[in-house]
Amino acid sequence: MTASIDMVLIVDLVLLTLLCLTALAIMLVRHLFAVVALTGAFSLLSAGLLVTLDAVDVAFTEAAVGAGISTVLMLGTLALTKRREARSPKLSPIGLIIIFSTGATLIYATPDMPKFGAVDSPGLVHIVPSYIEGSENDIAVPNIVTAILASYRGYDTLGEVAVIFTAGMGVIILLGRRREDEYGYSEESAAFPLRPETSNDEEGKDKS
Amino acid sequence: MRHHLVLRVVSKMLIPFILLFGLYVQFHGDFGPGGGFQAGVIFAAAFILYALVFGDDQARKVVPDKALILLVPLGLLIYALTGFAGILLGGKFLDYDVLSSDPTHGQHLGILVIELGVGITVTAVMISIFRAYAGRTKAIDKEDW
Repeated sequence: MTASIDMVLIVDLVLLTLLCLTALAIMLVRHLFAVVALTGAFSLLSAGLLVTLDAVDVAFTEAAVGAGISTVLMLGTLALTKRREARSPKLSPIGLIIIFSTGATLIYATPDMPKFGAVDSPGLVHIVPSYIEGSENDIAVPNIVTAILASYRGYDTLGEVAVIFTAGMGVIILLGRRREDEYGYSEESAAFPLRPETSNDEEGKDKS
Repeated sequence: MRHHLVLRVVSKMLIPFILLFGLYVQFHGDFGPGGGFQAGVIFAAAFILYALVFGDDQARKVVPDKALILLVPLGLLIYALTGFAGILLGGKFLDYDVLSSDPTHGQHLGILVIELGVGITVTAVMISIFRAYAGRTKAIDKEDW
């Protein structure tokens, strides 16, 4: 028993360390292509952590959306802008104070949280027992997450799908126009100028 | 991407398996981890990989924009109509018990259908968003990267 707990602890520690290192690298690296790749790695590590927490459904989503599709979308955005971040902003003392006090508050509050997986934690006593019973007897679906998402919380999921629908429609209407010249791109048809002529000059200035 | 032989061959081999895995996650969601959201994203990832490797124009031949714009609302409609079917059959909105003579079977049916709706909308929206971005840029020269 203790051996298995230690294994989980080791995996958690390794993943968290890698997560912190990735976050630091994202902060320090100025090459945006590398930053995008690192955020993909960050998502993949988060997915690993979610697997160790037995939240496989969330891990799935994190791996597919976080590491996969949003990386591709960020690369697509990168193609529209410059590859390098402008000079890094200076450290602002107010920002540092806010970040450290928030972090300290969160760490201070953590021990008050119910123990991980405790049966009597407030989140698990209210309505969850009836969900667990119901999804075994009435719905007869082994994956309780699906039973709750699709049946008990069907309204919420309908709302979520409506949100995705609305987001997709917004993007299609705003950005989804077909390209027009032989590459498919014409400056006049674009909603915003993508590659202004001055961009080369600005790059020259950055280097000097 | 005409020169990237290895990428093209590997993606061609991978894409069928990604699609198959997406279908598995979609229809096995009530027994294992997964469901419409995850399946939709995995499915979309396969199409996006295809578009990345074989080009946007080629990908538009596989799934035309017109089909995509129909699929986006179709999923939501399937979901909402399943809800109304519950009302018509004498239950409440999104009450799957009445969809079949046996309540448990009705629940299974309802979950399967609405997850399918979720999957369709998520797939179509993800591909559309990708296209909206990818369609904005010229093909990038090799030296630019």
